[in-house]
Amino acid sequence: MNDALLEVRNLSVDFHTARGTVHAVKQISWSVGRGETLAILGESGSGKSVSASAVMNLLDMPPAHIVEGEILFGGQDLLKVSYEEHRALNGKRIAMIFQDPLSHFNPVYSVGWQIIETMTAHGRPADQARARALELIARVGIPDPEAALHKYPHQFSGGQRQRLMIAMALMLKPDILIADEPTTALDVTIQAEVLALLKELQRETGMGLVLITHDLGVVAEIADRVVVMSKGEIVEQGTPREVYHAAKHPYTRQLIGAAHGKGEINILDIASPVLLEVKSLCKTYGAFTALNDVSLTLHRGQSLAVVGESGSGKSTLARAILRLEGVDSGQAVWKGRDLIGMTARDVLGMRREIQMVFQDPTQSLNPRMSVYQIISEGWDIHGLMPDRTARQAKVAELLEQVGLAPEHARRYPHQFSGGQRQRIAIARALALEPELIICDEAVSALDVSIQAQVIALLDGLRQRLGISFLFIAHDLGVVRDFADTVLVMKAGQIVESGPTGQIFSASQHPYTQKLLAANLDPDPDVQAQRRLRASDG
Amino acid sequence: MTKLIGQRAVASLLSLLVLMVLVFFLSRLTGDPAVLFLPIDATEEMKEQFRVLHGLDRPLLEQFNQYVLDLLQFDFGDSLRKARPALDLVLEAYAWTLPLALLTMTFVITAAIILGSLAAFKVGGFFDRLVSIVSLVGASAPDFWIAIVAIMVFSLSLGWLPTSGVGSVAHWILPMAVLFIRPFGLIVQVVRSSMLSAQSSAYVKTARAKGVKNLRLIFIHTLRNGMLPVITVIGDQAAAMLNGAVIVETIFGFPGVGKLMIDSILQRDFNVVLAAILVTAVAIFLMNILIDIAYGLLDPRIRQ
Amino acid sequence: MSQASLAKPPRSAEKSAAATVLSMLWRDKLAFVSVIVLLFVFLCALLGPALLGDLATDQNLRGRNSPPFDLSRGWAFVLGGDALGRPMLARLIYAARSTMLVAAGAVIASLIVGALFGLVAGYMGKTVSQVIMRLADVIMSFPSLLIAVVVLYVLGPSILNMILVLAITRIPIYLRTTRAEVLEVRERMFVQAAIVMGASHWRIIGRHILPQVAPTLITIATLDFAFVMLAESSLSFLGIGIQPPDVTWGLMVSQGRPYLGNAWWLAFWPGLCIVITTLALNLLSNWMRVALDPAQRWRLEARSTTDE
Repeated sequence: MNDALLEVRNLSVDFHTARGTVHAVKQISWSVGRGETLAILGESGSGKSVSASAVMNLLDMPPAHIVEGEILFGGQDLLKVSYEEHRALNGKRIAMIFQDPLSHFNPVYSVGWQIIETMTAHGRPADQARARALELIARVGIPDPEAALHKYPHQFSGGQRQRLMIAMALMLKPDILIADEPTTALDVTIQAEVLALLKELQRETGMGLVLITHDLGVVAEIADRVVVMSKGEIVEQGTPREVYHAAKHPYTRQLIGAAHGKGEINILDIASPVLLEVKSLCKTYGAFTALNDVSLTLHRGQSLAVVGESGSGKSTLARAILRLEGVDSGQAVWKGRDLIGMTARDVLGMRREIQMVFQDPTQSLNPRMSVYQIISEGWDIHGLMPDRTARQAKVAELLEQVGLAPEHARRYPHQFSGGQRQRIAIARALALEPELIICDEAVSALDVSIQAQVIALLDGLRQRLGISFLFIAHDLGVVRDFADTVLVMKAGQIVESGPTGQIFSASQHPYTQKLLAANLDPDPDVQAQRRLRASDG
Repeated sequence: MTKLIGQRAVASLLSLLVLMVLVFFLSRLTGDPAVLFLPIDATEEMKEQFRVLHGLDRPLLEQFNQYVLDLLQFDFGDSLRKARPALDLVLEAYAWTLPLALLTMTFVITAAIILGSLAAFKVGGFFDRLVSIVSLVGASAPDFWIAIVAIMVFSLSLGWLPTSGVGSVAHWILPMAVLFIRPFGLIVQVVRSSMLSAQSSAYVKTARAKGVKNLRLIFIHTLRNGMLPVITVIGDQAAAMLNGAVIVETIFGFPGVGKLMIDSILQRDFNVVLAAILVTAVAIFLMNILIDIAYGLLDPRIRQ
Repeated sequence: MSQASLAKPPRSAEKSAAATVLSMLWRDKLAFVSVIVLLFVFLCALLGPALLGDLATDQNLRGRNSPPFDLSRGWAFVLGGDALGRPMLARLIYAARSTMLVAAGAVIASLIVGALFGLVAGYMGKTVSQVIMRLADVIMSFPSLLIAVVVLYVLGPSILNMILVLAITRIPIYLRTTRAEVLEVRERMFVQAAIVMGASHWRIIGRHILPQVAPTLITIATLDFAFVMLAESSLSFLGIGIQPPDVTWGLMVSQGRPYLGNAWWLAFWPGLCIVITTLALNLLSNWMRVALDPAQRWRLEARSTTDE
């Protein structure tokens, strides 16, 4: 490609760690041209961010070591230029934005100061920088730019911070913008807005955009070309359509297969008896309403999904049912008895019947307990299974049930991957033979391919053991293949509920429709059609 | 911010109240000052006179009432030892301690921040190791021993510096040098580790991606963040110095508040002890407020 | 990097805990030497007085202030003799016992009391926590020297009272640390998971919170041991701490001070003992900070596997 603005050629980077040398990327090549968007797609540990860090000279050396390769930009090899020459390019010709804007802003300086610094660091006069900052802050959609200039990062919302980060990066009209998972920490509707903003700005400035992501939907929405990375190598490249419809490499095919929203939709069996009935739960924190008259019914064997963005009250609902948090009013009737008014003694009995799987398995497993101790703790608490041999056999059985091996029982959580840890957490929940398992964002911290596996595991358990699930998620796509009923929450209220098929094909409430529209489809054609429809309407 | 300062004020006031009561009863219950202060051959009459003079003959509760009333008017009574107002003695002593503490702390802070930052800049380098070792040894050595060894070397063997007293600039060198070592050792370690963690933070990566120059990176972006934990330690160390560098002042015969306090305690001159404690408490309280304000200035997140 | 760690499962789980600790210690040579030094000091404190017999207490007027490095009077006088003609080396070993006893006693007492109150303050509701924290503030704002003087005056200067005094002044350190850690740990997901399973308060504190907090406390206690030693020796040096015939290194420095001009070794050696011991404690505590932190432990662990 001759019109390439930035080209990475045969780049190999090693990390020399105490555990030995890791080949972070092996002989990878990619390029991006003016006005073009290149997506680098990969899961955690694939090395997808390494080449971008090399472009920006952000790799710490050591432990990183560039083995071979070239990074061509403006006729020179960025790996050969001096530190000072490279510094002069950063921010001016090539800019970068990051995943977590809160930690990537300096907490002790105002955002205005930091945005202006992009220009003053390259010798531009301060008044000129200030004018440009005001213009850009307004451009990225922050209300009252003059006031925003003097505020600190912690005073903005996550979406606003990412907009400000974009403004900071675009101060000097760079030729290339590298965006490292820019929307991963954001709600879906905010993600859609930020992606749209990036696209508009690209159209205005003609910059080349390198977008690092783990999300096929983002690729389908915004990329012109995509490279797929796995274990430090590029395994596939092409346009999003080519890659999606005619993937050659098994890893890509697996990744596309794991994308949710294609399986059959579960149908609710209304005939089964009611297990849990929540009636008019209300809860406020000061002036903030977390739950506003929330009611729901859950049948035995049902899988009910509660979907909402951050602050919608979905987690408070789960915590209230589990009596981890009090409520102001309302009832939660579990098999005919109200959980909310239960005495401490009765709660203990309920604790056997309702279990929970948490979002981040790294944090939900005690790091100082072995897997055996973690799984068997529930029996200790409730005085079950006193016999040691029986316990060992049962732990082994549970581990096999969730797809792990019996010999894993002796190990500790840090010796497992994220997906394996979540399996351990599921085994722990199963140990008490619960009737209901509440999953609070149980798959959102996992890689997409792992997500699919865990959801398949949960679905299998539901069918085989007849366990009911209350599945809390921020992402509609995830729940489509699993839930038979969907509740959509916004600002503490249920705005819409119904069978999964109905919610996805014939939603009534505008917020549900907005969520569905913001939920990016992995198929580039579907996304293209949606965009077309949106511009028509 | 104001809440923080309010909390501090309450805690300081509370501990002062406890102290006042404690000191009062201790001064009356741990032995008879009359026996201690008058010559061994003093007659019973002389002792009685002494007690009447200092109000020690009245009932305990009445004494306590008087004591509280006096305190409310900042009247700490006279020193039993020197027959002068206790507060005057304390303020005179402070005139010595304050410059000693301030000067030493200035040197400590300057040296610790510069050397600690430089050590963190090149981790594991020769300079980093040197600073680490020096600071560890500094933090490990008892000050009285350093003082004694210093006197042995610089005063007795070499004869360069005076052993004790005040009067010339030379008299200040050894006390300041000895006082310098421990706080320096402690603070430099905190500066180093805190600068290290600030350097590896995400916002430094952003600044590098913006093309910010190296020196600016260290002294504008990291230093201000790295200073936050350091300020707490500086506060603790400065408070310890305001308490009077008891050991150093005793060894070098420096007429500061630490020496005054220990001498008064040993001789049960409780009016002076009390005055010294109150003045010190006020000084420490003011310094803590300065620390809180410094915190607020450095970190906008504290301000709300 | 997660790929690498999965491909090569750490073998620490299979190895015994003691062996793991030893190999991690061996990786950090300074910490290793520190442990040996400390073991030696503790052995001296434990067995020294019994082995020495009367050597440390017998006065010998002809050996008064005899200079060090002179072996004509026997090995015991290698570091010289003190003002009463007792061999310095024997005196140092003898004094190690009281020095260690006071420091260990104070650290253990303040650790237990501070951690207990810190757990309560961190785990219980706001009111209890506030009361405990204000109390800690009060103790903190006392000049610790003053507490020492006051208590020692009322109760008399004995080893036990010395422990009491030092323990009181150090309690807030453990209390604050424990509380801060508990507040953080109790919000962690695995504690929530234990509550969901129905775990009692005791189980949550004992099995889930304490094991996370303990390493930090042990690290601080090691560092604090050095601090308490220094505090004790300062008090003894001022004459309000340990009183003869009991003796600690701090008191020995004080006793040697009048002889600075003609017998430097009287004050020098005991001070050096203090420096070496506190330095070893500092180094050990630095090592612990890494070794006991699961997120950092690999620095020591992994390198030991590549060695094998």
